[in-house]
Amino acid sequence: MSLWQFFFTIFKISSITFGGGYTIVPVIRNEFVVKRKLLSDEEMYDLIALSQSAPGPIAVSTALLTGYKLKGRTGAILGTVAAILPPLLIISVLFFVYESFAANFWVRAALRGMSGAISAIMIFAVYDLSKACLYRYKVFSGILMLLTFLVGLLTSISTGLIILALGLFGILAFTFIPEERIP
Amino acid sequence: MIFWQLFIAFLEVGALAFGGGYAALPLIEQVVVNRYHWLSLREMTDVVAISQVTPGPIALNAATFVGTRVAGIPGAIIASVAAVLPQTLLLLFLGWFLFHGGRITLIDRALKGLRPGVGGLIGVAAVSMVMASLFTSTAPLAIDFVAVAAFVVVVVLLLKKLDPIKLIAIGAGIGLLGGLIEHLIGV
Repeated sequence: MSLWQFFFTIFKISSITFGGGYTIVPVIRNEFVVKRKLLSDEEMYDLIALSQSAPGPIAVSTALLTGYKLKGRTGAILGTVAAILPPLLIISVLFFVYESFAANFWVRAALRGMSGAISAIMIFAVYDLSKACLYRYKVFSGILMLLTFLVGLLTSISTGLIILALGLFGILAFTFIPEERIP
Repeated sequence: MIFWQLFIAFLEVGALAFGGGYAALPLIEQVVVNRYHWLSLREMTDVVAISQVTPGPIALNAATFVGTRVAGIPGAIIASVAAVLPQTLLLLFLGWFLFHGGRITLIDRALKGLRPGVGGLIGVAAVSMVMASLFTSTAPLAIDFVAVAAFVVVVVLLLKKLDPIKLIAIGAGIGLLGGLIEHLIGV
């Protein structure tokens, strides 16, 4: 697979994968593991695990690491660019559509319905996410989640600061307390 | 100056959004709505809804949308690059080590604290989005009945595990129907 083919493959995947989050993972797997057999399932699993240790969109991390694995640093950069170009192109066009039509009564009505729908989807996403987080260290995770929710809701402490504090807390807790003693 | 602000704002979103998917939402809201006032909460809800029916991660879609509004297409490019810069640098730096079987215990431990906490923060973002979409104003309390109707229908359909893209489309349909009814009875 040439660099250009790789770039185009990621560009295509990024153009047709809706919804963000992990939705891109099965598509990338299908392309590089199943169809082209360039990566094994174990290697793919490693890439997915690694992409979670970095911040930012999972789609971008997975594209970057797939490029890195197949084509080195150049592949990594190309994968990143190929992953961000489609949303950049599509949303900048949609922006102008939005600005010209957002005040229109019918567009407004559709958007009101869509925002009602997205609210419902968000609530279910939070529920699914909580279940996933509480898979291990139920008490530790549960208390942390509830506490962060309350701090975020009731205080005006910056979100960035809360995230940094959480990371630091995770490091301290799992460094000084043996893992099997964390409930 | 505005380019620098955009760059710093989305660098922060990119650097701190651990967990993918909705993890970027609370940060985007904090930076874009509360700090710089580039979008209202309602516009932000619109962007999230649009984001779900177009390809691409929410963070990048928001970066493009906000960047274009504040500083045109160059703004969109700068905001998008800033949003992915932290992960690109980090993964390029760690890549070699990780591909040779290394494990980074420190990041592992930090993530154990981050994941549940980010869950809580997304909960807060969900609450403010629900408030922004279902109520046209909070004082005095005014309910947007069209949005509430879409909300209720989608909750019922979610219990049947329908695909989010279809649900947003259904939401748009209910919105149009509600608009038609409002138009006919002249609210």
